[in-house]
Amino acid sequence: MEKEKKSEETGKPSDSENPLKVNRRHFFSQLSVGIGSLALGSLLIPDLLKGKGDELLGQELGIPNFAPKAKRIIYLFQSGAPSQLESFDYKPTLDKRQGEDLPESIRNGQRLTGMTSGQSKFPLMPSAVKFNQYGESGAWVSDFFPHIAKVADELCFVKSMHTEAINHDPAITFFQTGSQQSGRPSMGSWMSYGLGSENKNLPSFVVLTSRGKGNSQGLYSKLWSSGFLDSKHQGVLLRSGKDPVLYLNDPDGLSRSDKRHLLDKVSSLNKIHHVETGDDEIESRIAQYEMAYRMQMSVPDVMDIKKEPESIIKLYGEDCQVPGTYAANALQARRLAESGVRFIQLYHQGWDQHGGLPHEMAGQAKDVDQASAALILDLKQRGMLEDTLVVWGGEFGRTNYCQGKFDLKNYGRDHHPRAFSIWMAGGGIKPGITYGKTDEFGYNVVENPVHVNDFHATLMHAMGINHEELTYKYQGRRFRLTDVAGNVVKDILT
Amino acid sequence: MYIYQEMKQKIILGGILVLLTALLWTINKGVFANSNETYVQVKIPAVIDYNFDIKPILSDKCYACHGPDANERKAGLRLDLEDKAFLELPENPGKYALVKGNSSKSELYQRIITDNTDAVMPPADSQLHLTTHEKKLIKKWIEQGAKYEKHWAFLSPVKSQLPKVKQEVWIQNEIDAFILEKIEDKELRPSQKASKETLARRISLDLTGLPPNTAIVEGFLNDNSNTAIANLIDQLMALPTYGERMAQEWLDVSRYADSHGYQDDSYRSMWPWRDWVIHAFNTNLPYDEFLTKQLAGDLLPNANKEDVLATGFNRNHPITQEGGVIQEEYRSYYVVDRTNTLGKGILGLTLECAKCHDHKYDQLSQKEYFEMYAFFNNVKEQGLRMDAVQAANQKYFADAPFMTISDVDTTGVLSFINKKGVEAVNVMVMNDSVPREAFIFNRGEYDDHGEQVYPNTPKTILPFADDLPRNRLGLAQWVTSEKNPLTARVFVNRVWGMLFGNGLVVTAEDFGVQGSLPTHPELLDWLSKDFMEHNWDIKYLIKKIVLSATYQQSSVATTELKAADPENILLARAPRFRMSGEMIRDYVLATSNLLNREIGGPSVRPYQPKGLWEETNAGGNRGVLTKYVEDSGDSLYRRSIYTIWKRTLPPPGMTIFDAPNRDYCEVRRQKTNTPLQALALQNDVQMLEAARVLAQNTLVDAKNDVEVVNAVFKNILIRSPKEDELKVLEDYYNNAKTRLASEEENAEKLVAIGHFNRLKTDPVKTAALMLTAQVIYNLDETITKE
Repeated sequence: MEKEKKSEETGKPSDSENPLKVNRRHFFSQLSVGIGSLALGSLLIPDLLKGKGDELLGQELGIPNFAPKAKRIIYLFQSGAPSQLESFDYKPTLDKRQGEDLPESIRNGQRLTGMTSGQSKFPLMPSAVKFNQYGESGAWVSDFFPHIAKVADELCFVKSMHTEAINHDPAITFFQTGSQQSGRPSMGSWMSYGLGSENKNLPSFVVLTSRGKGNSQGLYSKLWSSGFLDSKHQGVLLRSGKDPVLYLNDPDGLSRSDKRHLLDKVSSLNKIHHVETGDDEIESRIAQYEMAYRMQMSVPDVMDIKKEPESIIKLYGEDCQVPGTYAANALQARRLAESGVRFIQLYHQGWDQHGGLPHEMAGQAKDVDQASAALILDLKQRGMLEDTLVVWGGEFGRTNYCQGKFDLKNYGRDHHPRAFSIWMAGGGIKPGITYGKTDEFGYNVVENPVHVNDFHATLMHAMGINHEELTYKYQGRRFRLTDVAGNVVKDILT
Repeated sequence: MYIYQEMKQKIILGGILVLLTALLWTINKGVFANSNETYVQVKIPAVIDYNFDIKPILSDKCYACHGPDANERKAGLRLDLEDKAFLELPENPGKYALVKGNSSKSELYQRIITDNTDAVMPPADSQLHLTTHEKKLIKKWIEQGAKYEKHWAFLSPVKSQLPKVKQEVWIQNEIDAFILEKIEDKELRPSQKASKETLARRISLDLTGLPPNTAIVEGFLNDNSNTAIANLIDQLMALPTYGERMAQEWLDVSRYADSHGYQDDSYRSMWPWRDWVIHAFNTNLPYDEFLTKQLAGDLLPNANKEDVLATGFNRNHPITQEGGVIQEEYRSYYVVDRTNTLGKGILGLTLECAKCHDHKYDQLSQKEYFEMYAFFNNVKEQGLRMDAVQAANQKYFADAPFMTISDVDTTGVLSFINKKGVEAVNVMVMNDSVPREAFIFNRGEYDDHGEQVYPNTPKTILPFADDLPRNRLGLAQWVTSEKNPLTARVFVNRVWGMLFGNGLVVTAEDFGVQGSLPTHPELLDWLSKDFMEHNWDIKYLIKKIVLSATYQQSSVATTELKAADPENILLARAPRFRMSGEMIRDYVLATSNLLNREIGGPSVRPYQPKGLWEETNAGGNRGVLTKYVEDSGDSLYRRSIYTIWKRTLPPPGMTIFDAPNRDYCEVRRQKTNTPLQALALQNDVQMLEAARVLAQNTLVDAKNDVEVVNAVFKNILIRSPKEDELKVLEDYYNNAKTRLASEEENAEKLVAIGHFNRLKTDPVKTAALMLTAQVIYNLDETITKE
């Protein structure tokens, strides 16, 4: 009862508005059908598991395994792979030795993509953009990212990331699902499966996409797929424009009250049929219709940035008022985080600079720099940074040698899996540090390597999950996000 | 008599209590950690069955370190093989893991019951533990002599004697004896027969994927002969829609798509292969031939173009068009995909688990995996032929090897292809024109070759006969040999799953030791054997099942049955489950009379929310599937099997209802229930348009306004509404009319939805009836097979 009153206060549709709400007893009667198949639904059940339900939830998967530092993750994925050498990994040696061939001792048998494997020379290419040190931490940041530079003391730069794949599709699939081949659940799906939802009116895993002008790579629904987990853990793509969730809007000509009438009839008839057939799945269907009805209010509400004050618009930049931009999505991400969404996945396409890097990357950086920094500041001023983990990075790095014609002002870099940089902030991650180191060529990791599996293990740890314990048995095998590997990078944890 | 009844009541009450306790316990223990788990058994059987009681425990909890994988084996102990399990423990001389008849001398038992945390098995860090029940089973098994048996699925199926049952009068065919035996074991009764209306709808959905039309229903209702149901089955199976329905299932197995997958995901022209599948089912090609043609049609003596076309099955895997990939890496992926598809889709084996190391649970070595791989390794193909931009420019929509289908062919042996006047079309097919050496890939890495291997099949399943050619044709003959213990079982199980929602083996993709055990093993064997004896006749098999009393039961779940058997494993009632996304859309098209029944042809583009492809493509020039341009006219209303399938963004109306993306072979779909489904059913243009068209057609046909609601209901649900239902709906219709009369502009907007012609009906009435139809289309019953 208390809950119903509360929702009236907030002006959101309350349960009492709907005479057909599913009750806990009904819900739990469903459990006898197999609690596992219902698992910890992102969409199906969220609020029903509040209170006592949470205990049950904890019992079933034993999660969280320990006190979490982060309650949610915002993952700012830079799709296409931004160059570490023009962003955060400063390598003056490349200036000194520009044009020289990459020493074979450094390349050391690294396999190359078909795009540069035919090149007879691998001339070292320096960064076209200047670097400076920032903040008390003295972090190196290139001039492409002036805003991120200003929040450097909030960030943890990891310069020793490495991965296995050398092409976009397998590499991005690996980052998002822990496997290069399609079919495994996405990171967000694992979190939804393990931790459930905090908001009964919104999905627990949402995806927002945007695109820069740079050379880009496609995105695929498999990246936010729930794989073999129940499909309710699938990421829900929130789109810009008037239909943010597919089929969210009622047709023109159907008023909200007409809709309520219609749903009431659907429910009355479903109830009659439930009595006749004895199938409790019908009860569940009724509950899904009510959740859908609530989403029709809650989703546009959370997507509507008109209520944001001028100061916020200024913070994220004017672009944030243009739906579908990275800046708009970053602001959206904060609003979703506030509403209790567990995993917010952004993708910004366009970071694949095989040529024209200085120009293209400047544009890409401009798209994301201010809004990424704004997100950190905004979360911080709301006291949310401490339990929100923000990640910024791509699927691999780029070569220290030039792809194509050697021109200091207009060059390209090929894919490079052996070393690249990302940053993280908030939610249990030490601020103002740099972790890991590459050699003077920026080619190999020489200190504290972090594999993608380690990265996943660390993220899960911050969320209170032991990555070896969150498993799902499928085809006879217990699968985990980190497969059979992964070590938590304890040194970067608070 | 009275005393007997009282006792029976007590037993039932006691039984319910035990079940409830067990349920609580299982919830606490997380026994239902996934939906594949069967009920926990509370009572220890008198005679322990190795395959059913013991091996699932050993496999799940012990094999990871004491199983088939030689590299991971600990302490030299191997438990999956009888001749190894009884050997002296190499690290503990004088001790044995298993001593027949003696649990106190069996280290295995002592180590699972010890309190010593350093010694206990499974070790603490494995996150595995044995339940008390499992420990008891193992103890009793050892005391009864620790007998081993070959894995059940690797033994040839046999037709066992039909069980003796009490309620013989219920039985309609052999299937029922097996089902009834278990029902009677639990002192339950099967349900009564479903009504004829329900059966007409159920059988039509199962056999054609569509609701029955009025003529068929009336014919059936008026047929009072004993053969009424058999007649209905024959009538439905003779329709071309039968082939479409069966093909729909096969497309998931064969990971069919109209795009190449991977990042650019441009177009491929594989649809003539899909037309062949429909044709094959409609001509009732026996299953063994169906498989042989797909695996090795090109190698058949005097292969014709149809035989070659069928081999497109093995080219349905994704193909990269990303510039810069390493050729050999991707070529090897394609061969791996074929191998895995044969495993999962046809043999019900998780072969792919043996790609990087020996299988951890099944007796399949990594070597055997690559021996299977070797069969598919000789295709004249490349990892990358052309990137998506080049391919689009050159209209290169089929990667070599391919066959070209011209008008000459479609007037001849390929007459079933609906070429629709398009120019010659290329379809990817198989050949064996580049003999390649095959090797074990160490750790599954394509560039790390181990020992050389030659085409061969896993001997645990069935040794490869000496007289078979060591190529795909020989492989096909091995697959379809009556001695192969898996092929028929796996297919029969999937057909059962199509009709009942779950297979007799729930894990239809895994018949190995980690898969679930059959709920009715003798029935599965009987049906499999019977299927082979009847020349792998698919229509025969389906008809057999549909003619059983088991199938024809009512799906009403009584309180008693729900308590005794919540998951309906015993099948004392018919299942009741949601239709697939394809079936729901087709149902709506058919009942609104929008459905265009044309068969085959290039895939079509019905309504889809705008911008989906555009937002995620890699750039407008990257291939030819970067923009979604909706079709017009009749093409909007084709059956869903013809909707264009782009792997990176499959039709949302299908994926929301659990369709896979077709990147790889899938043999069963989940059946979730989500708010996104509710939204799609309410607001998809196709749903709304269908409601509008049904409303206007009904109003045109109606003599008066009184019967229109009744007519719409009957059209959609293939039954008459009950009094209370009709009252709810008529009230709604009348209220809607009143409301809309005062907001005519809203009525006008509603009836304008969709491209289909508007008829000259009153907009207010039409809109009101349209919304009434929407209510009915959104009922659970409408999207459910009852």
